[in-house]
Amino acid sequence: MPSHAGIDAIAIRENDNVATALRDLAVGEKIVVGVADHTRSVQVRQAIPFGHKLALTDIPAGTDILKYGEVMGRATQEIPAGAHAHIHNIESLRGRGDLEAKGTSHGV
Amino acid sequence: MEFKGYRRADGRVGTRNYVGILSTVVCANEASERIAAGVQGTAAFLHQQGCGQTPVDVARVSQTLVNLGKNPNLASVLLVSLGCESVVLEEVAKGIAAAGKRVEQLVIQEEGGAARSVARGQLLAQQLVMEASTLPATLCPISELRLGLKCGASDTTQGLFANPAVGIASDLVVAAGGTSVLGEVTEFIGAEHILTRHAKNDAVASEILGLVHRMEARAKAMGCDMRGGQPTGGNIKGGLTTIEEKSLGAIAKAGTAPIQATYEYGVPPTVTGLVVMDSPGREPEILTGLAAAGCTMIAFATGRGAPQGFPFVPVVKVTGNRVTWEKLRDHMDVYVGTIMEGTESLPAAGHRLFGEMVEFASGRLTKAEICGYTKSMDIYVVGPVI
Repeated sequence: MPSHAGIDAIAIRENDNVATALRDLAVGEKIVVGVADHTRSVQVRQAIPFGHKLALTDIPAGTDILKYGEVMGRATQEIPAGAHAHIHNIESLRGRGDLEAKGTSHGV
Repeated sequence: MEFKGYRRADGRVGTRNYVGILSTVVCANEASERIAAGVQGTAAFLHQQGCGQTPVDVARVSQTLVNLGKNPNLASVLLVSLGCESVVLEEVAKGIAAAGKRVEQLVIQEEGGAARSVARGQLLAQQLVMEASTLPATLCPISELRLGLKCGASDTTQGLFANPAVGIASDLVVAAGGTSVLGEVTEFIGAEHILTRHAKNDAVASEILGLVHRMEARAKAMGCDMRGGQPTGGNIKGGLTTIEEKSLGAIAKAGTAPIQATYEYGVPPTVTGLVVMDSPGREPEILTGLAAAGCTMIAFATGRGAPQGFPFVPVVKVTGNRVTWEKLRDHMDVYVGTIMEGTESLPAAGHRLFGEMVEFASGRLTKAEICGYTKSMDIYVVGPVI
């Protein structure tokens, strides 16, 4: 893992499509995101509180959300690059007793 | 490297030297608490179980009490019983005494009420503390450490900084021949495919998957999305979105050592190295489970700032969140946000944490011990109250 000084958000793996904010990020800011061993620039589209995630690319609805290079959920709507990525647009694929109760199957 | 510990009759080594006041049933909690409040050197373990439960859970509560009593951080034990509970006092006493330690019993209904029980209990406890205080701490190898792993009041700083640092410290304990116990099976959900890669063999991998399936099935049986319960409301405020994300960060605290075996809740491992123990993620139950598994210290990574310790096991709070470190100084022990700030590498922070944990094992007091935030415990049961 690189040193985190000088970066505003971090993604651990190259294929992650979300990054975690290392400070509060304001709308319109152009920020430096540490992605694996390099950095890239992203324009912040919505205010992102410290510790929350933003999309690194335009993520279509139904796409797997990748963090640590692993699937951590699925987009329930399109998440544009720089937008807040959280419970309002990402669903969990596990522990979903609600889906079983409705009789729907929910493939992982 | 060595730590100063207390070697018991069964050969195990404790990091503390308390007299345990163990309540055998919820109805004996007040008396147990009052006995402990009047005698320095005691630690009371209170819980909500012990009666009105299925035999499966009564057996689980009894066995957990036996294993708590055997924890090498206790020099001796005073069991406090009401007298009519489902848990059989004699069996618990016999189980603990098998570890070669002195066990005294007090039955409130036989003593003639709480006031008489507390008076005689305090006199008994004073004797036990006098005996315990004569045992000197001696230098013991790190291989004698049994470390419990826990994270809680989580936010996204944990998966990035505090849990990986705890993972390095755990690897160092294991490399020295010690034991590390990973619980919180709920927080394997969505990350079990990574944990199974660390399993010693296919049998252990399949046991891990079985534990996860059982835990997830219990949650799903409630017919709702577990989000809000796991991850919790506070986790979500901290930026954690799904149980998968929480789990992927949580398992980092297990480090990279191979997983040697899996155990049911509160069962002491019979092997050294990293092992998995069934348990939920909630503090009262997992901390109790780790103590019953014989853990003599617990590393607890937290982002938003969990205050809980355990009555007789030091719980070291590790945070990578600077706001929490600065606001909750009376609850946090070790800061690893230095990784985020770029002033310390992750391996350096992990090694520093290990060094500090050896200090805590040797008698340095944790914040939870100093402020006495150790009382709200419970035993994990699986059936209904009946």
